[in-house]
Amino acid sequence: MSSKINYSKPTDNEVILGILNNSSSTLQYLYKAYFPMIYQLIINNNGNEDDAKDIYQEGIIILHDKIKSGDFELTSKLKTFLYSVCRRLWLKKLNHKSRYNANINDYEDHFAVEPDLANHEEKDQQFLMMDKALLQLGEPCKTIIEDFYIHNKSMQDISEKFGYTNADNAKTQKYKCLQRLKKLFFSK
Amino acid sequence: MKSEIELIKEIEAYLFQEMDAQQSSAFENERKQNSSFDQKVTEHLNFLQSLKSYGDKKELKAAMDNIHNDIDLEALNHEFKKQPHNIISFWRKSKRSLAVAASIAILVTLSTLFLTGQFDGQNHVSNYSELKRDMETIKRSQKALIRNINSATNQPQDISQYGGTGFALSSNGYIVTNYHVVKEADSIYVQNGKGESFKAETIYIDPTYDIAVLQIIDPLFKNLSPLPYTFKKSNAELGEDVYTIGYPKDDIVYGKGYLSSSTGFGGDSTAYQVSIPVNPGNSGGPLMDNRGNVIGIVSGKQTLADGAAFAVKSDFVLKSIDNIPQDSLKQKININKKNTLAGLNRTAQIRKMQDFIFIVKVYN
Repeated sequence: MSSKINYSKPTDNEVILGILNNSSSTLQYLYKAYFPMIYQLIINNNGNEDDAKDIYQEGIIILHDKIKSGDFELTSKLKTFLYSVCRRLWLKKLNHKSRYNANINDYEDHFAVEPDLANHEEKDQQFLMMDKALLQLGEPCKTIIEDFYIHNKSMQDISEKFGYTNADNAKTQKYKCLQRLKKLFFSK
Repeated sequence: MKSEIELIKEIEAYLFQEMDAQQSSAFENERKQNSSFDQKVTEHLNFLQSLKSYGDKKELKAAMDNIHNDIDLEALNHEFKKQPHNIISFWRKSKRSLAVAASIAILVTLSTLFLTGQFDGQNHVSNYSELKRDMETIKRSQKALIRNINSATNQPQDISQYGGTGFALSSNGYIVTNYHVVKEADSIYVQNGKGESFKAETIYIDPTYDIAVLQIIDPLFKNLSPLPYTFKKSNAELGEDVYTIGYPKDDIVYGKGYLSSSTGFGGDSTAYQVSIPVNPGNSGGPLMDNRGNVIGIVSGKQTLADGAAFAVKSDFVLKSIDNIPQDSLKQKININKKNTLAGLNRTAQIRKMQDFIFIVKVYN
């Protein structure tokens, strides 16, 4: 019943290397290669297309973080890792929805991934908190912070973009914004 | 104590290497000496780290959303979605509930059967009634009547509990009756039309055909005269006139009818269905045709249908008699082959047969 996907494909090690180098084509390959597997798992276990997308992207993020954190040892196939993670994530969601659906129809091998998930949950929590804090922070602070700390733009560019007379003024503004963001973030 | 904003400025300056060597070594020194300062710096660095990873994640998500838009969901749907058929997915979803429902149904059925005694095995054919006579019930129902008519007499107590009919198989004391008449009997007596009673014992039973063979073992018993009737080996015809003689009460009773079906209760091919008045006590009596052949043994009737009585076919009677190991018998069973009833009219036939038909009394 499970259908195999045959591409001329990079090896798992090449994929890992690509992720470490932020290669967008690697991400694209990885995403497209295993999405059908997870899609099949989710829609045949009481999920819909959106569930499949959410679960799969969360799985990719976990894999991504694990590779980036540098402690990823290739003890299993990437495919198996992704399947196990997504399976666990979906089971959790099903359990959350209803207590009767704790069973799942499997299509692939899988193994226990609880430690990875625990780590991920904490990060996910932080992500949501940061998202909320930034939203509360409002403009122009949000964009200044994002531009400087996330997109690594120079203060010069930012002050021009927002019409500050000089980079120092922009910098002062940025400090104020950062301070407020910290307050919002830690007040939760 | 520095204000929050001063602190941020200082940390950032250090972080982005806007300090000169002296300032940065002072900063590092303070971190080492002032643990609360160090803690604040660490906290800020962590915060920046989570801000960074927030950005990374957001970027990654955006990239994935982009890729996701390229995926042909239609094709995937076509491939995966239809495969678990409606029924299968229904089964998958509800197999637990179905299993629970089924077990409850089975449980209820079994307990109902158990509670209503259907597991006894004897009366699972609920509207088939065996025609042995329960003396106790009859006596009880007749007691008042007897007392009124004849209160002074002290008749000998008849303590038999069940009764049926039996008829001679051979002149040397073998009698055939229904198995259900003598089932669980402690002792059996047979009584002829003249009121003479002989002790008998069961020598063979065949519960599948509901047949039992008794032998009179009473020393007072003298051999009967040769049997007037024979056993018919072939099947009797539908619509044939038949009659039976039996003991539904203490005197012999004649009943007349016709063969209405060549199969018995529930299509049982070892029996006939006959339309004939029979009552408890008729069990084990012979079913005769016009020419004085035994064509069966009356064994029961259907309680919910009118005029449907059943008789075990004579060839099955003969078959089970053949199964009796002859070595175990004291005397040979000689099945009569000479019919002396054929030419006689009905009343003469009955008169000649009477002596060969017995009440079977069962004590237990």
